[in-house]
Amino acid sequence: MTTTTASSAKEINQILGKIWNGVRRIPPVFPIFLLIFIILGFLNPKGYQTMNGIMTFFRPAAPLAVLAIGEMLVLAMGGFDLSIGAIVTMVVLASSKLLANDPEKALPAILIMIGIGILIGLINGLVVSFLKVPSFITTLGMMLLVRGATLYYIGGAPQGYLTDNWRQFGRNYIQDVPFFVKIPYALIVLLVLGLIFYILFHRTNYGKQVLAIGDNMRAAQLSGVRVKLIRVVTHILCSVLAVLGGILVGGYGGVNVTIGEGMEMQAIAACVIGGVLLGGGKGNVINVAFGAFTLQAIVNLLNQLGLPKPYTDVIQGSIIIFVVAYSALSSQRKR
Amino acid sequence: MTTITTTDNKLKRLARSVRIPPVYIFLVVVFLVGGILDQILSDGQIFTNPLILLNIIVRSVALGIVAVGQTLVIIGASIDLSVAYTISITAIMSSYIMQGKTENVLTAIVGVLAIGIAIGLVNGLIVTKLKVNPFIATLGTSLIIKGIINASFSNYTGSVPKSFEFFGYGMVGPIPVSIIILLLIVFIGWFLLSRTQFGAHLYGVGGNVEVARLSGVRTDRVLIGAHIFCSMTAVISGLFLVSQMRAGAPWVGPNGIFDLNSIATTVIGGTALSGGKGGVWGTLAGVLIFGILDTTFNQLGVNPYLKSVFQGVIIVLAVASYTIRSKKDAA
Repeated sequence: MTTTTASSAKEINQILGKIWNGVRRIPPVFPIFLLIFIILGFLNPKGYQTMNGIMTFFRPAAPLAVLAIGEMLVLAMGGFDLSIGAIVTMVVLASSKLLANDPEKALPAILIMIGIGILIGLINGLVVSFLKVPSFITTLGMMLLVRGATLYYIGGAPQGYLTDNWRQFGRNYIQDVPFFVKIPYALIVLLVLGLIFYILFHRTNYGKQVLAIGDNMRAAQLSGVRVKLIRVVTHILCSVLAVLGGILVGGYGGVNVTIGEGMEMQAIAACVIGGVLLGGGKGNVINVAFGAFTLQAIVNLLNQLGLPKPYTDVIQGSIIIFVVAYSALSSQRKR
Repeated sequence: MTTITTTDNKLKRLARSVRIPPVYIFLVVVFLVGGILDQILSDGQIFTNPLILLNIIVRSVALGIVAVGQTLVIIGASIDLSVAYTISITAIMSSYIMQGKTENVLTAIVGVLAIGIAIGLVNGLIVTKLKVNPFIATLGTSLIIKGIINASFSNYTGSVPKSFEFFGYGMVGPIPVSIIILLLIVFIGWFLLSRTQFGAHLYGVGGNVEVARLSGVRTDRVLIGAHIFCSMTAVISGLFLVSQMRAGAPWVGPNGIFDLNSIATTVIGGTALSGGKGGVWGTLAGVLIFGILDTTFNQLGVNPYLKSVFQGVIIVLAVASYTIRSKKDAA
């Protein structure tokens, strides 16, 4: 009798231990996001406890997540990409001039932008690989180049406007969906891209090679990873995702010269909240997307509290430091 | 005979300790190309007018001072993105405290230096004790300082007394005071790095923290010290800017892109972003390259947006000029 209770107690302990282990392994980004979202729900039940409100939340959050996934690829490889904010600026401002208010030109404009994105990523990758310039400096130079060239092309002030068919991806919703009520196109774009990059990053050799380069470049090289090729491909993927993110940003934002400014920093912050190590070797597509959602939720929370913009900067800065310190210290304890 | 050899040795040792970084070759090339283009396309002032040469250096002072601090932090394998807003808060607070009165100058300087030390201390503590990546930590503190500035000030605030303008416009004989201060800061940076234990430890921390710790270096203290020094250079740079502008404004720092520019000039000067390698003399050359580009573009009347394009290309080429020969791949 006593032995059975003892063994069952042991079993319960074991099960509890397993659950606890599982709980401990949950990346901190999920509880943090949930916490902020629940607070939002209490403050504004209509906005964040209804499907309608939640879907509205995802419209601006999705573009940031797309940018963050691209940035993650480069960060996981041990690099940086500071040019993605300028790419967003380029996509919005140059498209609005290219379109010349003609909806017919939407597809060519998008294709041209993707083409330029590929070119930007190619140059970034080649400069880092063959001229051996650190990506931080390469993409900083690219940021200045892309922003300068864009403003030169449009003549310093926004020209024309973005046609509705160009903007639909970032702006419109699929209406009358059962349960979800409405789904923003942007979220669908994110889900599709997220799935593609989840498979690419977590289920193919490419992803493993990126992580290997970020972890130990020399070791990766010696074990046969074609470092230069992977680097170039990764920079191209990052730039193309920045173009696609830019199209989504252009959908809900206005056309002005400050659009896209600082988005590279937001994307990097989203990655780090999502558990990416700057310096490389770690990354997860889903966590990073939730890192972006968390950042957006923080911004919404501060708006919800009705704080003026300057205070939101202070609190956003503090929260970013706190979140990263929390995940840094907790991952250290695990070791 | 022996005296000659000893002085010879001394000279050799001195020459070795100064060691001209390769970036100076690029500096000369940029200067010559800029001067020749100016000769062909414009009025050729760069080569003929010594005042323009002086002006190039004066234009570089604000960036140069803060770049010295940035160099120390980067040698310690850290980074400081908060310098731009540290410059802003210095400019605006000092001009606010001074209110155009000479008797307030000392209070203002002590006040903003205290702010600088506090910012550097916070940066250093977050990086070392909370183990937050320095890029994110200083991005966060930069947001915090930005918010504090924008919550309190929105436009030009206060003013600087005539006596304080000496810092920005004064001359000692034919040489502007600002250039003397820049050289003094560079010298202090060089002295700290190559003539003190702190400097030796900083290189150790930047090269390999674990090895430094195991050999008995108090790594946290060293890095916090570097961050405090960096913030103080940002404060001095802010004081210089406000003495030139005569009143502080919140946009002084971010408009000058002092955060990314100071990092770019540091790397152009040969300091490795991964830490443990580099020095302030290279950084000075990087800063002068920026100054020459600025002046050349002005002389040639280049469109401001194209200026940014060329600047981007030249930053990359400047760094490529020495990385291309390195055997190690970049990340």
